[in-house]
Formats: sequence, structure tokens, C-alpha cells
Amino acid sequence: MLDVTGLQKIYPGQQGEVEALRDLTFDLGEGELACLVGPSGCGKTTLLKCIAGLMRPSSGSVVLAGTSVTGPPPDMAVVFQEYGRSLFPWLRVRDNVELPLKEKKLPKQRRRELSDEALDAVGLLKSADAYPWQLSGGMQQRVAIARAIAYEPRVLLMDEPFAAVDAQTRADLEDLIRTLWKRFSMTVLFVTHDIDEAVYLGERVLVMSSSPTIIQDDVTIDLPDERDQINTRGEHRFAELRTRIYAEIRNASQSATAQPQEAGKAH
Amino acid sequence: MSAASTDTRDAARRPGASGASRIALRALHLLLLPLVLIGAWWLASAVTGLYYLPTPGEIAATFVEVWGAERLAADVLPSIGRLIGGFTLGSVLGVALGVVLGLSARLRAVLEPVLEFFRAIPPPVLVPLLMLFMGVNTTMKLAVIVSGCIWPILLNTIEGVRAVDPVLIDTCRCYGVRGRRWLTTLVLRSASPQIMAGMRQGLSIAIILMVISEMFASSSGLGYTIIQFQRSFAIPEMWSGILLLGLLGFGLSVLFGLAERRVLYWYNGVRAAARGE
Repeated sequence: MLDVTGLQKIYPGQQGEVEALRDLTFDLGEGELACLVGPSGCGKTTLLKCIAGLMRPSSGSVVLAGTSVTGPPPDMAVVFQEYGRSLFPWLRVRDNVELPLKEKKLPKQRRRELSDEALDAVGLLKSADAYPWQLSGGMQQRVAIARAIAYEPRVLLMDEPFAAVDAQTRADLEDLIRTLWKRFSMTVLFVTHDIDEAVYLGERVLVMSSSPTIIQDDVTIDLPDERDQINTRGEHRFAELRTRIYAEIRNASQSATAQPQEAGKAH
Repeated sequence: MSAASTDTRDAARRPGASGASRIALRALHLLLLPLVLIGAWWLASAVTGLYYLPTPGEIAATFVEVWGAERLAADVLPSIGRLIGGFTLGSVLGVALGVVLGLSARLRAVLEPVLEFFRAIPPPVLVPLLMLFMGVNTTMKLAVIVSGCIWPILLNTIEGVRAVDPVLIDTCRCYGVRGRRWLTTLVLRSASPQIMAGMRQGLSIAIILMVISEMFASSSGLGYTIIQFQRSFAIPEMWSGILLLGLLGFGLSVLFGLAERRVLYWYNGVRAAARGE
């Protein structure tokens, strides 16, 4: 479904070039829910922008359903981290959801059906006529998710979508994502820095190394399909997976900072 | 005075203050200072008896007399027409040019020094020049108004377009929002707070230039009429014209404020939400 091969991104800088992504290769199957987790500053957002067609990689390729991605592909939706800034404050909730559908030239009635279904799925049908700034942060992110679903994408990319909401809302939104993923049978790539979240959500977790970044590990999450905030997180297997990924990420960031530490000890 | 303001504060604190008395207080708030100023003027003109300073009563009487239906049709409406025409033209040109310049860094680099130069020229000095080129007609007066009111609108639009949130730009790219819808839903709406601020400045400049263009060269209009009164020492008449201009400016500003409240409803909401209200 989504093939990423040998992806590399080098930013030109004033003190020479910065290699953000070195060599990333992975592929997502149809209908898979994969989480991408890595230490902060490892280029998660860069990778996501390359996949979304918002940024050109320096080398390597992204292929979506057999077509090479050179610009934003028509059947991919993105949910950004900055929910407050990715909704149009001058449009009501429903108009925010329907805007991409107007550009798709869908008839009014079909747009209404899709926005009704999507808003209902995220539990915001009652707020359809509100403005985004009248809603709480968690509700705003739900609107952004509803907009993505109504777009009927084959692939849904999410860039740390819950990084800025409180813990309880975050738990609710995590369960919402699993529900929506099953109901709308999309391929989901969920980027996060939170290991617990990655293990809880994903069928599979891709672990990124620190910069310059490669895919360090590809972990299959063999937890039962029905997940529950209390029981799943209490399972022995959950703790094992979490510990394994945690250790890898710590190793990754330690090896990245090893040299300056050695230099410090010599004095 | 101090007694009145104490009363007001007490009433505001009192939860049971009835609707009628609150409206009366609000009216007092609005009218108190104007009434005091008019009273002071009256006193000054009555005491000094200056020929150039008629009493407000005289001015009011003259006002009713002078600005009847005939003058309204011959002088006031053409002036307002030119004002609105020039302001509309200046707004359309300013916003259109501002969007183009705001979107293209290369064009900005080429044009910005030239724009700064033209902006620095006081528009009234263009009147004699435009008279030579265009003659004494409506086109010349519109050109004078446009040449002045376009600048704040143009420069504010450029700033507004440049400040469009990059996350919204990415959002539009992802969801394939482009072309006309991109322009109207993303760029213009996003820049609307700055555009409206520029238009508010442009409106007051347009009023000034309407009057000036008529004072220089005209056979009708508010500016022309006021100058005629002054030259023929029709002092209360001249004052009544100034009063009319003041009322006109005030009325337009109120109308603009109403339009702005509608257009920027979302913006005020966002700001209130950010303040935690």
C-alpha cells in the first residue's frame, strides 16, 4: 500500500549540510495501523512531510498504491499536531469538514452525508454549527480527525496528534482512533514520541533511531485486537513490548550523545 | 461631575438595577461630554461675541436652512458618491495588488522600494498634477482619493497575506484546496483582519482627500461649498458645513465598524478564546 524506500533528507545549512533522515525503508500493508516512534529530534515530522508529498526527499522514494508520491496524493489525509492552527477559524465545524469535499466536487447532499457520518463518528454532530475556537482542544482535534475521515482517504497520516491534549482526553482519542480505523478500514500511520501510546495503538511499531535516522526496529504488537485502557496497559505482554522499545530508544539516544560524554570524562 | 460618576459606579455594581435606568445611564455616558463641550462653546461665543465664532444655536439653525434637499442633491450626494467610488476602487486595487505582492517574494523585492517612495508623497500635491493630466472632472477627483487611500490597504494586505499560517497552507495542500477557493477561503479570509485595519485608515484618508480635491478644483461638492462660504464671509454657513463633514465621517465610521464586526466575527472570537473568556 505504502512503500518507503531508501528515503534520505538533507537540509542545506549555514554550517554545512544537516542529514535529518539517512536511509529509511519500510512498507505498510493495506489496512494496517502502524505507529512510528522515535526520540525527539529524530526527524519524525520530516518523514511525515515527505510521505504526505509536502516535502521532496533528497533521495529515495515514496510509492502509494503503485504511484510515486511527488505532491500531496488525492487519497491521503493528514491530521496535524497543531489542531488549533489546522482548522479554519472563520468556518464553522461542518464547513471545515466539508471544505475538502467541495474541492472534490461532490454534490451537496453527498457532502452532507459524509460530514454527518464523520462528525457522528467522533461524537461531535451536535457541534456542527459551532466555530472551532468555541470548542476545547480535544474537541478541535476531533474535528480535524472528522475532516480527515470524511475525505475518505486510503491512507491516514497522523503527526503526534495528541501531544497537546490532557491525559484523559488523550486516552479517549486513542480509543477513538482504533474504533475509526476498524470502522473505515484505512491504512493508518501514526507518528508519536510516546512509547506507551505507540504500543497501545499499533498493530506494529516502527522504531526510529536518533538523527541521522534509520529504521532501527520493526516490532509486531501481538496484543489482542480488543484493547482497553486499563486491562491492555496492565498486561504482561504490554510491559514487555514497552520495555523492549524503550530500551532501544534509550540506546539510540545514548549512542548519539556518547562522543561528547566521553570527551567530558577525559578532563 | 464627580457626583454623577459615583452614581454610575454604584448603579453598575447594584445587581437589581432596572433595564430602563441602565439605558438612561448609558445614554448619559454617551452624551455627557458632547453636551459639556457644546455648553462650553456656547459660553465662549456668547461671552466673547466674536464674529467668527457663532453660537451653536445659530449654527444649528443655519444647518437646517443651508443643507436642504436642493444642496443635498447638488453638493452632498455627489461628494459622498465620489468618496465611496474612490474608496471602493482604492480597496479593490489595494487588496488585489496586495495579494499578488504578498504571495511573491520576488515581486516584493523589486517593487517595495518604489512603493515606499510613492507612499511618501503626500497625495494633496498630486492634485495640481492630476488636474493638468486629467482636467477638472470626476476622474481626477477619484484618482486623488485612490492615490491616497490605497497605501494603507495595499501595505496591510501584503502583511496579512505574508502572515498566513503555514499549517493552514499545508492543510490546504494536503486536501487539494487550490485555485479560487484557496484564494478566497484561505488567503483573503486569513488576511482579513489586516485588510480591514488598512481599510479603516484608508477610509479616513479618503474623506480628507475628497474635501481637498473639491477645494482645489470643483464647482460642486462639500469642500467647494465650504470654501465658497468662507470666501463670502458666510461664517455660520461655513461652520455648518464643517459640522456636516464631521457627522458624515462619524456616520461612515459607525457603518464601517458594523461591517467590520460582521466580517471579523471569527477573529474577535479567537481573540476572546485566547484570553480565556
